[in-house]
Amino acid sequence: MGKLTFSMGGVHPNDSKYSRECAIEELPLPQTVYVSMAQHLGAPAKPTVAVGDKVLVGQVIAEPGGFISAFVHSPVSGTVKAIAPRKDLAGNPVMHVEIAVEGDEWDPAIDRSKEIVTAIPDDKAAILDKIKACGVVGLGGATFPTHVKLSPPPGKVAECLILNGAECEPFLTSDYRIMLERPKEIVIGAAIMQKVLGCPCVIGIEENKPEAIASMRAAVAELGYPNMEVKVLKKRYPQGGEKQLIDAVMHRQVKSGGLPIDVGAVVQNVATSLAVYEAVQKNKPLITNVLTITGNKLPVNLQHNYLFRIGIPLSYIVEQAGGVPDQAAKLISGGPMMGRAISNLDASTVKGSSSVLYLSEDATRRKPETNCIRCGKCADACPMGLEPFLLNRLYKAGDLDALEANAAQDCIECGCCLFSCPAHIPLLDHIRQAKGQVMGVIRARAAAAKAAAEAAKAAAEAKK
Amino acid sequence: MDKKYIVSPNPHIHANVSTTSIMLDVIIALCPALIVSVLAYGLAELLVVAVSVLSCVLLEWAVTRWMMKRPSTVGDLSAVVTGLLLAMNLPSAIPLWIVFIGAFVAICVAKLPFGGIGQNVFNPAITGRVFLLVSFPAQMTNWQPTTGFIPIPDAISGATPLSALKEAIKSGSTIPEFMTAHNYDLASFLWDAGASAGELSAGALLIGFVYLLIRRVVKPWIPICVLGTMALISAIFHGINPDVYTGVQFNLLTGGAMLGALFMATDYVTSPMSTLGGVIYGIGIGLIAMMIRYFGSYPEGMSFAILLMNCTVPLLNMWFHQKKYGRA
Repeated sequence: MGKLTFSMGGVHPNDSKYSRECAIEELPLPQTVYVSMAQHLGAPAKPTVAVGDKVLVGQVIAEPGGFISAFVHSPVSGTVKAIAPRKDLAGNPVMHVEIAVEGDEWDPAIDRSKEIVTAIPDDKAAILDKIKACGVVGLGGATFPTHVKLSPPPGKVAECLILNGAECEPFLTSDYRIMLERPKEIVIGAAIMQKVLGCPCVIGIEENKPEAIASMRAAVAELGYPNMEVKVLKKRYPQGGEKQLIDAVMHRQVKSGGLPIDVGAVVQNVATSLAVYEAVQKNKPLITNVLTITGNKLPVNLQHNYLFRIGIPLSYIVEQAGGVPDQAAKLISGGPMMGRAISNLDASTVKGSSSVLYLSEDATRRKPETNCIRCGKCADACPMGLEPFLLNRLYKAGDLDALEANAAQDCIECGCCLFSCPAHIPLLDHIRQAKGQVMGVIRARAAAAKAAAEAAKAAAEAKK
Repeated sequence: MDKKYIVSPNPHIHANVSTTSIMLDVIIALCPALIVSVLAYGLAELLVVAVSVLSCVLLEWAVTRWMMKRPSTVGDLSAVVTGLLLAMNLPSAIPLWIVFIGAFVAICVAKLPFGGIGQNVFNPAITGRVFLLVSFPAQMTNWQPTTGFIPIPDAISGATPLSALKEAIKSGSTIPEFMTAHNYDLASFLWDAGASAGELSAGALLIGFVYLLIRRVVKPWIPICVLGTMALISAIFHGINPDVYTGVQFNLLTGGAMLGALFMATDYVTSPMSTLGGVIYGIGIGLIAMMIRYFGSYPEGMSFAILLMNCTVPLLNMWFHQKKYGRA
């Protein structure tokens, strides 16, 4: 069987998975956690606790602030000390609930046994309710609320659930470790989502993780759920991008501005599947995740895969792992291709935190920009088939119409263009700006069209 | 955090390619052909190469620093590549001051006035060569071989096969007569159907090009289209009248066909960005080159074909784009 891959662009960075042999360790609890109210895509959650309240592990502390939003639960037991803005990774103030840790008392409704529950509940609505009530969000990066993704709008039918175990970002190994250590739970989680969607499931894993492929295949075979299959993906970044994965597995492409469900696809990360398992089978809300501590010059004995509770400050985790290494010139949350540089190490972890990556000066310092030599490497690398050199020029010219015509808004910000540019032109920096401007124009146009339609309707009714 | 850390947007790593590393790859790829020609044409050839490269580098350095008041771009090695390509287009017996003029035209007329690397419309080395060809026709067609370090198997006639052929046809002989008279066969073309350094050995050029393909510096579409078109046209014409029109082998292995298709037409800056644009560009070069060879008064048309197709590149870039994800 051939290895699957997406049809255009992509790059081959060294996968640098140095921490692959580090088993998942549970992180000791700090004295205080700060739980962010904005750890999912969409509206921030609204706190439902007050200062001075006692909370248990797994107790709801905030409710969704809109349709696309999620519940937030207390990751620790203790007393709510404050509900106040606190700086996030980038230094922007975000509402946080501060909880002083006292003991480790769990909500009694949560099943904390190690026993694996294989029987899948029949009631789809009850499953969705549980996923929603447990605050499960996509852990592949976008942290989109999972229950929304599992409820296709009327008229749309899911034809394939794609479980994303590509982990195409270099350095990251958290998904790899859970596929190795908790394959059965992931497979059961996938079966639960299959139940809700009523479609087959493909688990896609990149070829550079043969142990994970074997482990997941064994789990699928042992549990014997129907219509589930592990497929091997080529090692090629961004194989785990949602649009690229759909292309690779289903050979279908999502139209510009469309959603995966338009082509019958639902993509969920393996870590999300684990969270779904814990929510539905164990009643455990999403309060833990696995985070990789790694770096290009970090000795392997200082690298870790930690099971952490959300809300623990990054600085605490870094301290536990032995502090920031001397050679580190840049600290990144996430992978080296799409992660965000950490400007505030005191920021707390969130549901989607996946790593703290240290890069040394020589690996990460950008080189001075020189003239474009029109080599076309950026266009060859773009997995969306865009022409970054052209978008860069149009951005500098401020030509929004041409930017839209050349699909600047389709950019997925994967970084392949800048990664491969021999002239070190900050292509993605510019295209990101251009994309924002074009999206603004598109939204304004949609709003104006809507207003015009409503005005016409009102006028027609007035005539009657 | 007492120490200051870098904060910048993604991506945080780079493929470690640079303009310099790409140019270095091109220089390495040109080495086999250069070595062959220095061995064959000796010290004179070495001097032509040295003067050409040094002139290009010095002129680029001087103009960027003193006239354009910019940081020098000599470090990107593009001037070295221009110098090498220019030298490979010249006869080894050419006076060295003419080589300098060629370098001056390449760097100070074709390249820097447009804004330097990446901005030029025409291939600098070819512009330099064509300028010399129309200005110094006698010196540029003096193909008398200079003394080499090793003997060349077959005696070189003193004219390139292409120009010898033009003369032969003018004087009324047919192609088969010409071929027998000059004792040309396939082996001689792969090695010595010689003229300028770059035209000496198609085999050495091909080795260099394969290196560029392996290093993913260039893609094969443009050369395939140039050589494919030339092969197709010569096959048709040769098939119709073998007495007047030369065959496929002769056309692909003589003159600047290989050097032009493999190293000049694939110049990043002056070739189209999209694959389809490149295909049309390549076909255009092959077509024009063959029309000049068959019907023009010049024996060789590669340089003119490439320069003419250089003009079409902005248009081809405007018309043809990559296939985009999720868009018909």
